[in-house]
Amino acid sequence: MASTGTAPRLPAVTRRGLLLGAGSAVAWAGIPRFARAAGRDPRLVVVVLRGALDGLAAVPPVGDRDYPALRTDLAIGLGGGGATRLDGFFALNDAMPATLGLYRARQALIVHAAATPYRQRSHFDGQDVLENGTTSPGGSASGWLNRAVAALPVAARVGRHEGLAVGATTPLILRGKAPTLSWTPPSFRPVGEDTRERLASLYSHTSPRLAKVFAEAEDLGRIAAADDPEKAGHGAVAAFSAPAEGMARLLAADDGPRVAAISYEGWDTHVKEGADKGRLARYLGALDAAFRAMKDGLGPAWNDTVVVAVTEFGRTAHENGSGGTDHGTATVAFLLGGAVAGGRMVAKWPGLSSARLYQDRDLAPTTDLRAVLKGVLHDHLGLSDRALAEQVFPDSASVRPLDGLLQA
Amino acid sequence: MGTGERARPVVSTSDAVIALSRFGLGARAGDLGRIAADPRGAILAELAEPGILALDTPGLLPSADALVAIEDDIARRRAMRRQDRTAAGTSDKMAHAGDGMAAEGADKADDESAADRKPKYQRPLSATIYNDEVAARLDKARQVPIGFGERLVAFWSNHFAVEIKRGQPVRGLAGAFEREAIRPHVLGRFSDMLDAVAHHPAMLLSLDNARSIGPHSPLGLRRDRGINENYGRELMELHTVGVDGGYTQADVIQVAYALSGWTVGARKAPAAERGRFVYRGRWHEPGTRTIMGKRYRDTGVGQGEAVLHDLARSPATAHHVMTQFAAAFVADQPPPVLVDALVARFRDTDGDLGAVARTLVGHDAAWSAPRDKLRAPREFLLAGQRALGTPLPTGFALRALKTLGQTPWDPPSPAGFPTDTASWLAPDALEGRLQIAELMAQRDRGDSDPRAVLADVLGAVASTDTRETVARADSRQQALALLLMSPEFQWR
Repeated sequence: MASTGTAPRLPAVTRRGLLLGAGSAVAWAGIPRFARAAGRDPRLVVVVLRGALDGLAAVPPVGDRDYPALRTDLAIGLGGGGATRLDGFFALNDAMPATLGLYRARQALIVHAAATPYRQRSHFDGQDVLENGTTSPGGSASGWLNRAVAALPVAARVGRHEGLAVGATTPLILRGKAPTLSWTPPSFRPVGEDTRERLASLYSHTSPRLAKVFAEAEDLGRIAAADDPEKAGHGAVAAFSAPAEGMARLLAADDGPRVAAISYEGWDTHVKEGADKGRLARYLGALDAAFRAMKDGLGPAWNDTVVVAVTEFGRTAHENGSGGTDHGTATVAFLLGGAVAGGRMVAKWPGLSSARLYQDRDLAPTTDLRAVLKGVLHDHLGLSDRALAEQVFPDSASVRPLDGLLQA
Repeated sequence: MGTGERARPVVSTSDAVIALSRFGLGARAGDLGRIAADPRGAILAELAEPGILALDTPGLLPSADALVAIEDDIARRRAMRRQDRTAAGTSDKMAHAGDGMAAEGADKADDESAADRKPKYQRPLSATIYNDEVAARLDKARQVPIGFGERLVAFWSNHFAVEIKRGQPVRGLAGAFEREAIRPHVLGRFSDMLDAVAHHPAMLLSLDNARSIGPHSPLGLRRDRGINENYGRELMELHTVGVDGGYTQADVIQVAYALSGWTVGARKAPAAERGRFVYRGRWHEPGTRTIMGKRYRDTGVGQGEAVLHDLARSPATAHHVMTQFAAAFVADQPPPVLVDALVARFRDTDGDLGAVARTLVGHDAAWSAPRDKLRAPREFLLAGQRALGTPLPTGFALRALKTLGQTPWDPPSPAGFPTDTASWLAPDALEGRLQIAELMAQRDRGDSDPRAVLADVLGAVASTDTRETVARADSRQQALALLLMSPEFQWR
């Protein structure tokens, strides 16, 4: 069982503070041997986007001739704005200006049409596979990131390695043998908006009395926020950025952890997805702000950092009848940081014609997400092919690590 | 399942859900299946378990010890504040520190120079005791198989509500009061519980009887101090016959006179009296009392005891208390047939509370009422704790209950917390529940699938909509929060 705990507040992040908060005596990650030889001190952050991010709305393939027909409200970047061209084929949702800046500075790389081996459409099971690193739900009780930390070759055996989980509990991705810290910023509160919508919908179908009272509560909230029409999205920005910034400072500390995981919820956009100005745009904006907060918080350490943002699966290629999308298959993954060989898209584009869609409904997966993650772990932390194929992502020898994702 | 026996009514998991939610503290994993064959029998079996109503967590103090220690603590802190003020010279910063602040322990303070010494928050003993008492109940609520016994304790404890806002002594004694005056009588006689309550320092302090002095008593004549009718009134209006029980203001004063001299051994009292119930004849209003037409001779403490004896047995009391009992468990407007059965049982058994509890569980009307009563905040929190299987830290539970307006032993009035839906179902309260549900879900460290938790907790009672909402949530945490907020979880 990993040791977990909650550290005291920022910004006075000190080793002592963290140790006290962790509630148990733990040592700090050594520097991977190969990295030390090169004078490096790498950081790795895994961002788990829970709820299935619509890759076609975040990074629309505006050059695909089948794209406009699939979507109406959600078709952005087609002359009407909403997205800015990244290359001749893909565009980036305009809700993500910081990410666009990183892309142009060659510090952001986007993989498209990627998916885990999971091919069903349950969020829980999909996240389970995303985090456990196997090919099936329940395939492992530990997470691939924890196993990666456990397998790190260390330059000097100064102590144990440690991963940092941002949140009240340790997510599966970081559970396992390697000791883990968890840390919650004092202001880390649920965004709630998405949960609120789901609850309102449930009440409207099942309990008129609760529905009425809950609607009144919503009205109260709206009245409270009415002074500032901009406020609607600001909750998410703060809720995403505060933990990101705190986490980044912990990672930046000389004796801080080197590997961290953080989760953001709210991507399950079945109704009124709002890729341009609505809900998804707000969440993408919040994610973008969180990326910026990580960069700022890491300071000079950003140059030796890789941030990987992944989600359990994508969403249907077609827009549904409610201005949203349903559970799908392939989607995007973001790689950001000074260590990333960025400024480009990595995609074997499958096409969006009916025949090319997976089960005639989803963007087809052409890149195994494990190949991306293995490439990062290999090049960034120096994990061996063998450790990656056996321990970190069991039975994945046939999934070759992607080369060249990071700066040589 | 269970259809073989002819004598037994047809059972379903929905009866098991009702057993655990309407009568109990909520289902844990496995509970529904365990009791599904015979939910009523399971409740009765729990009541028959030895020690089911006991709360014997080591370290919880008897009320006399607690009260003595609390009064000493208050005096010590007061002395330290004075000392600090003196040490700080003309600066009286400490005076602003308020009641809750004090310097470190006196012996430690001697080792440090006054200049280095900083005022440091030290929790009053009453608060520590209070937290320990709350923690013990959170723990017990997790462990009991169904929780009907704990629900009964909560009902009677709330019926005879003491208020911690009355000050540190009551704050520190509230838990001991429940352990000493309520729990031993939850399956015993109402008149014994009433008697134990009336003799308990927490009640005497909370409703001011401890300072009630007969105007014509020896002390009253000398000091010009008088009667306090607070307890006398609530004794009739809330605890026994009810506001429509046929008494007048004159009766209130007569009851207060009969109970004058019922007090608590003060700090300067002899050691044997300190912190305990004491009858002081010199405070007692002399003379015969007439209460609702009946005369009570002055037999000292026996006069008040005779009044209590009769109030406990008044037909109005049976009706008043049993109507509240049915409303608290079954429905805001309880089925008259159920109330009648409870009242009859109460009268026929001389207020045997175990008998009425069994009558409640055995009555079909208590089971067939629709599940449309909102769980009170405490029930919601405890049920959430049981559903998720994650123990709630005391501090979290107290903050949550404060947010939802049900801080333990801090009711809005001596009438106790309301039990009706309308009182708890307000927009901001529902919003508060959602926030707490989200925090509880975030705290959850389990690995169980939310769909399985839903099946464990609500079984077949969960609607298709709720099942789908939980199954389609975009994270485990969100699924659990939605589960806790689902109508089927909120209603009982």
